Amino acid sequence: MAESRGRFGNHGGQYIPETLMNAVIELEEAYNHYKNDPAFQTELTALFNDYAGRPSRLYYAEKMTKDLGGAKIYLKREDLNHTGAHKINNVLGQALLAKKMGKTRLIAETGAGQHGVATATAAALMGMECVVFMGEEDTKRQALNVYRMRLLGAEVIPVTTGTATLKDAVSEAMREWTNRISDTHYCLGSVMGPHPFPTIVRDFQAVISKEIKQQILEKEGRLPDAVLACVGGGSNAIGTFYHFIGDPKVRLIGCEAAGRGVDTWETAATIATGKPGIFHGMKSYFCQDEYGQIAPVYSISAGLDYPGIGPEHAWLHDTGRAQYVPITDAEAVEAFEYLSKTEGIIPAIESAHAVAHAMKLAPKMDREQIIVITISGRGDKDCAAIARYRGEDITE
Amino acid sequence: MSRIKEAFAKGKAFIPFITCGDPDLETTAAVVRAAQENGADLIELGIPFSDPTAEGPVIQGANIRALSGGVTTDQIFAFVREIRRDVTVPLVFMTYANVVFSYGIERFAKTCAEVGIDGLILPDVPFEEKEEFAQVLRRYDLDLVSLIAPTSENRVAMIAREASGFLYIVSSLGVTGVRSEITTDIGSMVRLVKENTDVPCAVGFGISTPEQAKKMAGLSDGAIVGSAIIKIIEKYGKDAAPYVGSYVKSMKDAILEAEL
Repeated sequence: MAESRGRFGNHGGQYIPETLMNAVIELEEAYNHYKNDPAFQTELTALFNDYAGRPSRLYYAEKMTKDLGGAKIYLKREDLNHTGAHKINNVLGQALLAKKMGKTRLIAETGAGQHGVATATAAALMGMECVVFMGEEDTKRQALNVYRMRLLGAEVIPVTTGTATLKDAVSEAMREWTNRISDTHYCLGSVMGPHPFPTIVRDFQAVISKEIKQQILEKEGRLPDAVLACVGGGSNAIGTFYHFIGDPKVRLIGCEAAGRGVDTWETAATIATGKPGIFHGMKSYFCQDEYGQIAPVYSISAGLDYPGIGPEHAWLHDTGRAQYVPITDAEAVEAFEYLSKTEGIIPAIESAHAVAHAMKLAPKMDREQIIVITISGRGDKDCAAIARYRGEDITE
Repeated sequence: MSRIKEAFAKGKAFIPFITCGDPDLETTAAVVRAAQENGADLIELGIPFSDPTAEGPVIQGANIRALSGGVTTDQIFAFVREIRRDVTVPLVFMTYANVVFSYGIERFAKTCAEVGIDGLILPDVPFEEKEEFAQVLRRYDLDLVSLIAPTSENRVAMIAREASGFLYIVSSLGVTGVRSEITTDIGSMVRLVKENTDVPCAVGFGISTPEQAKKMAGLSDGAIVGSAIIKIIEKYGKDAAPYVGSYVKSMKDAILEAEL
């Protein structure tokens, strides 16, 4: 009897077809080797710094702070990374690992397109073949990113099954992986899927909180009172939380996509509306009906339009260490416009969910208190969609 | 002796797969009866799932048709109870972990036993995760059928030693679906299985023609066919039963030849 691996409380595990088991075991062994290999870490740090532009800035949003009249607000500028989002952190790590494992081909799923663009970028850099699965619905919402991926040499396969969004792209990438394993690494984009992905992706994204901690100590001489990030699968959120989990005075707040509201069917807020389940390789919380059929979720944000959440978040929720709040489309769009006008920073619509919660939270806090919001990505990709949301018919 | 054991004791088995509720449960009942009458030795009944990650386009389509028709797990249990009045071959549910988990593993197993189900195949529950399900199923005398894939290699012995009911040998990489050729060395996989267990093993994934069925059953204890049957149901809809029946007969006849 073998033991289930990769658990966060009851969550996590490896609920995948037998065909993939040796592949994930091989990946775990390789990762355990390379994570302790100084040469690998040196190479990765060089890629982070010289290629991706790390460390990303921790910026004091003074105008926003004054306008909201409460806690001091800092923005962790992952939007300034190469390719415009936090996704590059994980992708450089996994692509380097895959290369060391002798893999020559990367496959990936993508929602908003940020992870697909990051994977295509790393594949171009490392001379690897790249195939990205993207829900057909999302290829329409994020047409510019589809072009970027193709420009970078990747093949983009529109997924028409199911709701034709992120969950279907993950399913299709998993199917492709069972079809071709020996030369292919599945570069999963979030802290989800079967073990060891939630751990590997978290470790590569943990650079976010490692930097926040150093930077805030330099600037303020103390830790923040709260750190905020948006949550779909939850990779930028776990990256933002990780080095603060052991600091109980730092509140960890994940902002879920409520879509048109948690009391409607058109929502993707997993913690608010989901229940325990098993899907996409992991046990966690999922939006589903009474018979376990996965719900066709909705959010204006393609990157948060996912019916589940990473198993470590599920566990942080169970233990009460982190708090998860739903943010509606309307609130996120308002925050998208607010940050653009107030600070001259156009955030990704995903990240705008975290900004929206900060706008509610900061005024209720003291001026001596500090909150850090991770701006996980830049919002250029969203401008056309937000314009359409506001009734302006513009073409890209 | 369990019904599954009895089925394999009679000789090489032909095992069709049918998605429940595709396009409706009346058709499924007619197809199941036609399959039994024409020589099916064991029948896999699919409980549809919204996101069947181990399935190719054909069976994905069956899942969508069934769910669009509104079929639920409870309706499928009632359907099995009904057909069990005259269907005597072993019936094995094939579905995904979340369908069982969300129903409650204990409640699911208890109901399976009550309506006359013999076992379960869960393609997204590998060896490492099986005990959560298997320990409950055992209490109700239900078999959790394990799968062995072309990539299993060093895992075959471990899986075979804890096998229950029968072993499902996945013939090829990838998802379910018709294949013109099966290139995996099935013979050596079966030999490795036989060194470690007496539990019978049947080959599935990609089998559609009588020639393939004969060959695969010749190498193992049986052949499993899904997508090829679903295609017939997709084509003929509510009138599919006689067409599935004659297909099952052609496959069973080929398998009987393998025994000669």
